[in-house]
Amino acid sequence: MRRILAILLENEPGSLSRIIGLFSQRAFNIETLTVAPTEDPTLSRITIATRGDDKILEQILKQVNKLIDVIKVTDLTERKHVERELILIKVLAMNDKTRTEVKRIADIFRGSIIDIGKQIYTVQLVGDTDKINAFVETLNHETEIIESVRSGVVGISRGEKALRV
Amino acid sequence: MTDQLFSGAEMVVKALSALNVKYVFGYPGGSVLDIYDAIFQQDEFEHILVRHEQAATHMADGYTRATGEVGVVLATSGPGATNCVTGIATAYMDSIPMVVLAGQVATTLIGDDAFQETDIIGCSRPIVKHSFNCRTLEDIPNIIAKAFYIANSGRPGPVVVELPKDLLIPQNKGVYSINTNVEMRSYNPTAKGHPKQIKKAVKIISEAKKLVVYSGGGIVLSDSSTLLTKLVETLKAPITNTLMGLGGISGTHDNFIGMLGMHGSLEANKAMANADVILALGARFDDRVTNNVKKFCPDATIIHVDIDPTSISKTINAHVPIVGLVDIVIKQILEELKETSYTPDEETLNAWWDQINQWRAVNSISYEAEKAGGKIKPQHVIESMYRITKGEAYVCSDVGQHQMFAAQYYPFAKPRQWINSGGLGTMGFGLPAAMGVKLAFPDSHVICVTGDGSIQMNIQELSTCLQYDLPVVIVALNNRSLGMVRQWQDMVYGGRHSSSYMESLPDFVKVAEAYGHVGIQINELSELDQKLEEAFAIKNKLVFLDILVDEKEHVYPMQIRHGAVDEMWVKKGVKA
Repeated sequence: MRRILAILLENEPGSLSRIIGLFSQRAFNIETLTVAPTEDPTLSRITIATRGDDKILEQILKQVNKLIDVIKVTDLTERKHVERELILIKVLAMNDKTRTEVKRIADIFRGSIIDIGKQIYTVQLVGDTDKINAFVETLNHETEIIESVRSGVVGISRGEKALRV
Repeated sequence: MTDQLFSGAEMVVKALSALNVKYVFGYPGGSVLDIYDAIFQQDEFEHILVRHEQAATHMADGYTRATGEVGVVLATSGPGATNCVTGIATAYMDSIPMVVLAGQVATTLIGDDAFQETDIIGCSRPIVKHSFNCRTLEDIPNIIAKAFYIANSGRPGPVVVELPKDLLIPQNKGVYSINTNVEMRSYNPTAKGHPKQIKKAVKIISEAKKLVVYSGGGIVLSDSSTLLTKLVETLKAPITNTLMGLGGISGTHDNFIGMLGMHGSLEANKAMANADVILALGARFDDRVTNNVKKFCPDATIIHVDIDPTSISKTINAHVPIVGLVDIVIKQILEELKETSYTPDEETLNAWWDQINQWRAVNSISYEAEKAGGKIKPQHVIESMYRITKGEAYVCSDVGQHQMFAAQYYPFAKPRQWINSGGLGTMGFGLPAAMGVKLAFPDSHVICVTGDGSIQMNIQELSTCLQYDLPVVIVALNNRSLGMVRQWQDMVYGGRHSSSYMESLPDFVKVAEAYGHVGIQINELSELDQKLEEAFAIKNKLVFLDILVDEKEHVYPMQIRHGAVDEMWVKKGVKA
């Protein structure tokens, strides 16, 4: 089962490598991982999308929590939450027909064209993983995908609940 | 008045003194020469020069296991630091508090593949509780204080501190300040067990018909053996110890049913398999205990007390998890038992003990005595050793058959008396560990039980023993082979002894003598006891006993692979 973990940890050298090392050392899976400092620069926030049954997830949460740098860890998928991913995708747009079609698809998915080259459109889209997958699939039908980059999932719980020190 | 300024090297020494360190175990080299210069100019603690950094870590480790004080290791960058890796892993697996100060090339050179540069933080990352890079010299004292605090609190473990050369040199000086009352927002280990869980556990214990207490290294680490004994006597329950937990309750206590697991007693493993409630205290259901987890005690309700939440329900699902320090949790359980006026039902208890005594009667920890003129049995050596030292010695073991024989045939009266690499199984651990213990307790018998394989993995430390006058007794059960490997080859690999035969063994007596010690070889059964007594009577010299034992002897009992916890061979070809 897919889970999204949010981890708040000390923004120290080596703290990210400890998280990544832990996942590989204990053969836990990482689907995506994003990391950046928070508004408090002494803290980093990591979002990891992983897969595992309840028993594995329990071990992952405990093992992550055991790391000295980690202040808090939570499974966002346990309750209501919002998750988003960003994709930048470069597609071939050689003729009017394709250009129109790419523009139309971007509009439908509420993406935006952020760069144009002689034969290239670069499109940006924000959404959950399913939406982005659908977008990529649709574009793939219409034209050739030259390059794409996904940010990995970030997430936050809905309502009052917050992950903070 | 301006503050007095210190170099980073001086700060290291001042911080160690402030933390009441008595010994530092290490080996000098380029990146840490400034620290060695600062050590030379102080007399707060002693530096012990080993012959290989791995031995420094094991020596610190042995010292810690015997005293409870944090062990300190000092090594240079590159090979000095990487030589510590096995010792760090050994300490990590057995939750031993240790601080390893590792030199590093100057911060300006890090990443350049400079001479003797290794990313020791990276190398050691999976086997440390935590590690620190120092980036300014003013950080050094508080980083060392934090390292000690982390190493010795919660579930203890090793911490590595990397010290780059340019922070240590006398040309760079700064203000020294240290706060030994460490507080960290990201690290606050739990101490007390959750009261609801305690109540739940006591209710289950009260209703148990076949209760077993299963305790491990946590009891030893937290000095809880008095509390544990009180608990067991209150419950009148049988108790089994893990390999790491031996001495947690006296090995001669009536309620003690022996070690459990792969080479545990039949009664211990049978009691576990038949228990309706298992109270696990500071133990972690290691695979050498459980055998096949799918067949492990399916009918038992498991109460698992451990300081480390990750140990709970990792291999075996706990019905009542209790996170907390085991000494505090035992106190809580005792209070709750008192409050609920717990009295065990005599009839139920007697029925359970009758059953256990039937298993005990099999006498699974036994061996076939030597025939006249026959080869010495290794078990016999341990029994004689126990008798001669009145069961009071510190026994430091290497890894292999001799380790299991020592665990089976030397009942430990007290915790910290039995010192071995349980989790990692590190050959070469025994001698340096024994040296660390002897340093702490010079007036006690300190034995290194070893084999002809293990002893050669750190035999160079015989030189350190001479330099620091550490007269340990080395009992080498010499079977001219890697006994445990050979046993598995006999049992599982059709008797094909692939690379388990030690050819070209040195003359250990001469080796001992060459290092300035006493060497004694025992080959004749008739001489065994007398020569052992002579050896143990020598107090001021290290004695190396090279005892030629029966190479065909196997360790029994032994769990049958992939079986349940109580499926065992009790002797060659005989199932329980």
